[in-house]
Amino acid sequence: MPLDLKTLVKNLSEIAAPSGHEGPVRELLRQEWATLVDEFQTDGLGSLIGIKRGMGEEPRRRIMLCAHMDEIGMVVAEVREGFIRTVDIYGTDYRALLSERVLVHGRRTLQGVFGAAPPHMARSRKKYPTAEELWIDVGLPADEVADLVRIGDLVTFDSTVIQLKGEKLAGKSFDNRVSLAALTLCLEELKHREHVWDVIAVASAQEEVGAHGALTAAYLIQPDIAIALDTTFGTQTGVGDDEGFALGGGPTLGLGPNFHPRLYKAAREIASSLEMKFQTEVLPGDSGTDAWSIQVSRDGVPSLLLSIPIRNMHTPVEIVDLRDITRVGRFLAAFIAGLSPDFLAEIAWNTRKDNSA
Amino acid sequence: MEALIKKLAEAWGPSGFEHHVRDLIRAEVQSLADDVWIDPLGNLICRIGQGDFRVMTAAHMDEIGVMISHIDRQGYARFTNIGTLFPATLLGARVRFENGVIGTIGVEHQFTKRRELPGVEGFYIDISQDIAGNADVHVGDPGAFVREVMMRGERVIGKSLDNRLGCVVQIEAMRRIAASGTPHTVFFAFTVQEEVGSRGAKPAAYGVDPHLAIALDTTATGDQPHGKQMAITLGGGAAIKARDTGLIVPAPVKNLLIQRAEEAGIPYQIEILELGATDGATIQIARSGVPTGGLAVPTRYVHTTSETADVRDIQAVIDLLTAVLSQPITL
Amino acid sequence: MIALLRELSQAIGVSGDEDEVRDLILSHIQDYVEDIHIDPMGNVLGVRRGTGAVDLRVMAAAHMDEVGLMVTGFDSDGTIRFKAVGGLDARILPGMRVLVGRDKTPGVVSWVPIHLNRSDDAVDIDRLRIDIGASSRDSAQNAADLGDRIAFDSSFVELGPTVRGKAFDDRAGCASLIALVQGERFPFDLYVAFTVQEEVGLRGAQVAAQRLQPDIAFVLETTACHDLPQNPDEPDQTTITRMGGGPAITVMDRSMISDPRLVRHMVQVGIPCQFRSPQHAGGTDAGAIHRSNAGVPSVVVANPCRYLHGPHSIMSISDFEYQSQLLRAAWMALTPSVLER
Repeated sequence: MPLDLKTLVKNLSEIAAPSGHEGPVRELLRQEWATLVDEFQTDGLGSLIGIKRGMGEEPRRRIMLCAHMDEIGMVVAEVREGFIRTVDIYGTDYRALLSERVLVHGRRTLQGVFGAAPPHMARSRKKYPTAEELWIDVGLPADEVADLVRIGDLVTFDSTVIQLKGEKLAGKSFDNRVSLAALTLCLEELKHREHVWDVIAVASAQEEVGAHGALTAAYLIQPDIAIALDTTFGTQTGVGDDEGFALGGGPTLGLGPNFHPRLYKAAREIASSLEMKFQTEVLPGDSGTDAWSIQVSRDGVPSLLLSIPIRNMHTPVEIVDLRDITRVGRFLAAFIAGLSPDFLAEIAWNTRKDNSA
Repeated sequence: MEALIKKLAEAWGPSGFEHHVRDLIRAEVQSLADDVWIDPLGNLICRIGQGDFRVMTAAHMDEIGVMISHIDRQGYARFTNIGTLFPATLLGARVRFENGVIGTIGVEHQFTKRRELPGVEGFYIDISQDIAGNADVHVGDPGAFVREVMMRGERVIGKSLDNRLGCVVQIEAMRRIAASGTPHTVFFAFTVQEEVGSRGAKPAAYGVDPHLAIALDTTATGDQPHGKQMAITLGGGAAIKARDTGLIVPAPVKNLLIQRAEEAGIPYQIEILELGATDGATIQIARSGVPTGGLAVPTRYVHTTSETADVRDIQAVIDLLTAVLSQPITL
Repeated sequence: MIALLRELSQAIGVSGDEDEVRDLILSHIQDYVEDIHIDPMGNVLGVRRGTGAVDLRVMAAAHMDEVGLMVTGFDSDGTIRFKAVGGLDARILPGMRVLVGRDKTPGVVSWVPIHLNRSDDAVDIDRLRIDIGASSRDSAQNAADLGDRIAFDSSFVELGPTVRGKAFDDRAGCASLIALVQGERFPFDLYVAFTVQEEVGLRGAQVAAQRLQPDIAFVLETTACHDLPQNPDEPDQTTITRMGGGPAITVMDRSMISDPRLVRHMVQVGIPCQFRSPQHAGGTDAGAIHRSNAGVPSVVVANPCRYLHGPHSIMSISDFEYQSQLLRAAWMALTPSVLER
């Protein structure tokens, strides 16, 4: 399993699929999940929805597992004298791009680098260049570049996954491809486990833009409960005490207004019974994840957030501990297998008077 | 077309108070559409055609403006912004309130002295009538800027070209589609409250539930001295949107627009707008999601009272939109 | 109504943890409202059936939650780290008394003595600590959990023409809505929503409106009044609302523009009221409701209140009483012709 997982993470990570252009990763997931789900759907924004039916009697309850498949990326804004300027498709950290390698997806895929002036010529070494000052060099003559590259073409990081010490990998787009790996793991485990509820696995589009795909997918699916899967900040120098979580310390469970308190408690209990390591992430408001959108879909959806700690988020060298991915996959399968037909009643708000029909 | 542009651009309709503009537009389109209605928030929706494939186009009717916040100790009206106002455009501007009163905008002297530009709180509206007192305006009254539309060769100059030009494009496209027919059901939506966050568009899309949407608006240009770095030029053709702050146009939609433009020989340019969003941003997340694109008229000096567009670009957008709507669509 | 307001004000319900307030409200409405339903977010929804004279689906909303704090960690010396829930001016925190968790454990927000620190710079909330008297991390963790909500500790006081207490935003709106459903029935079915999580993004209202699908919505709120003496040398600022000016109707705030037809209707009813200044305006549940589904014409009616989002808000009793009176009169006079264009 660990070997498969590494390959899966590598394949998912290295695909170029920024927000709004998730096609390539959607197709990869269709292949990965072909034998794991019963049926596929897509929503209006291109989110991939895989439905695995449960064994319970109709009408069956539905649990939505949602991991966004888009990554941050850039788009060509200008081509001048053979150099390429970009504008971000939301979330790119331009401060980390000096001397970074990228792929420019023009008429063909070109290898480029965000060039840096030689140190002694740089105007100022105290400030990072802004997006307007960064130009990509693809090493070709200007007329060829003008022919191959158009405004609106996509630009993504050129970053292959590398193995670090321990169980750690470094690569791009671990936010959020590692969650998709975990989701795939969960679906594989469910091949061998019975579950009453329908499982709806969603690879959502355009999360980095504002959790759009999660909103539209939830509208389509109308789940009874939902678990969003994302990444969170790993501990590292410069990240405060309450803001970062240990790599290898287990996934974090979100706690706060975005998450149904009784669903959170039920999740904790499952995690404890599995003796699975997990950490608690207190979020007083907007979690900044798909869970924020899903929770307010239609009549409201009890929601949970499970996040895998990663370092260096939104750079081409995000770092993850493989064990945390495995934990999420296993936890989800166990949680789903344990869902009883009347789980919803168990988590209903405690009140003295609910006299509705 | 110039007469229509003048009539619509000079009309009064800040966000939330679009009724006058809506009435003018309705008069233009009532006879063109199979069905016309106003939805709960005030969007004007017109249907032409009966095909299975539902397309929605959207052009917002509202303009930026001001709203009176309070009358200060000296009797001047302090105000807040409706939509995005650039402080540099305010000093000496004239605004009109719904009852016809004209206000003039001044700035506190301390800022002129320091050569600084304050936010809206540093400005005020003069509503004095004579030594005795003020014109009849109150807290909560909305006002719109006043400036007449003028031509200079192929250039149109006026206030609120954003987005009365989009409305004109939509009206002219309706005229053509009403005459030529369409294989689809097309909903032409004249939306409210775009300038305050595209609040009308998503409910409109929810009501119409389209398979495809195209937002019509104006966009900025990159061809001014030390200007924004942007590849759009005035007169360079219809702007086909690739990305703005709220919308990444799916490749199939963008390519459809490009294809139709190339087939018909319509001049076009690809729009990347770094800062700014349109109705497309909220339409795309209605219900289970709508593939959404954008067509825009390039405009200089956006959100001033001398927004400047080119008649040929306006025509190009009308031609392109018509070409898209009158032919079959496969995404 | 003051007794009801007192009860609601003292109850604790920081966004996402509204149980106590919800139970209290349920006890007050259960004999008057039918089809009571607690939805997945925790909103209380129900219908006050009307006389059947008017065919309109009318929604009325007031939010149950208050701003507060939340436990995010424990220091080794037994003090508690926390973050704000909802919009809060961190400058009110030094020296504040609070209640931690469901047990309402008393605590104080510590502040370094002036003898040892004279800086004027506002201290970031991340560097403040709550002291509940525990002297070790273990002992603090016995008394409180991660995620526990923390509320202002203040008592409700009648000062004469005014009252002082916490969470008038929006327990006063809740009290008015309760009074409205306890009175005579209206010409139409009134769909009430006591919403959750308004303070963290108008969350409950969005879901409530999506479910209820009303034709018109009224939001009962409490809003700012900023009428402290001004420096005559500075340009004057708006007071936003005026105490004693009656309920304040929103024409425009950052989250929505009230439907002008509804604003006109409220004004024509003839009960004293004022317009809230559109300057310095935040958002309310109407911001979410008006954009729901295919759109809902909406209006906000709010009690002017000093020192909102703090432990000692001050509100005029007559303004507060007028809120429900104004709405009662407006609803009695409401017909579908209000929505004519």
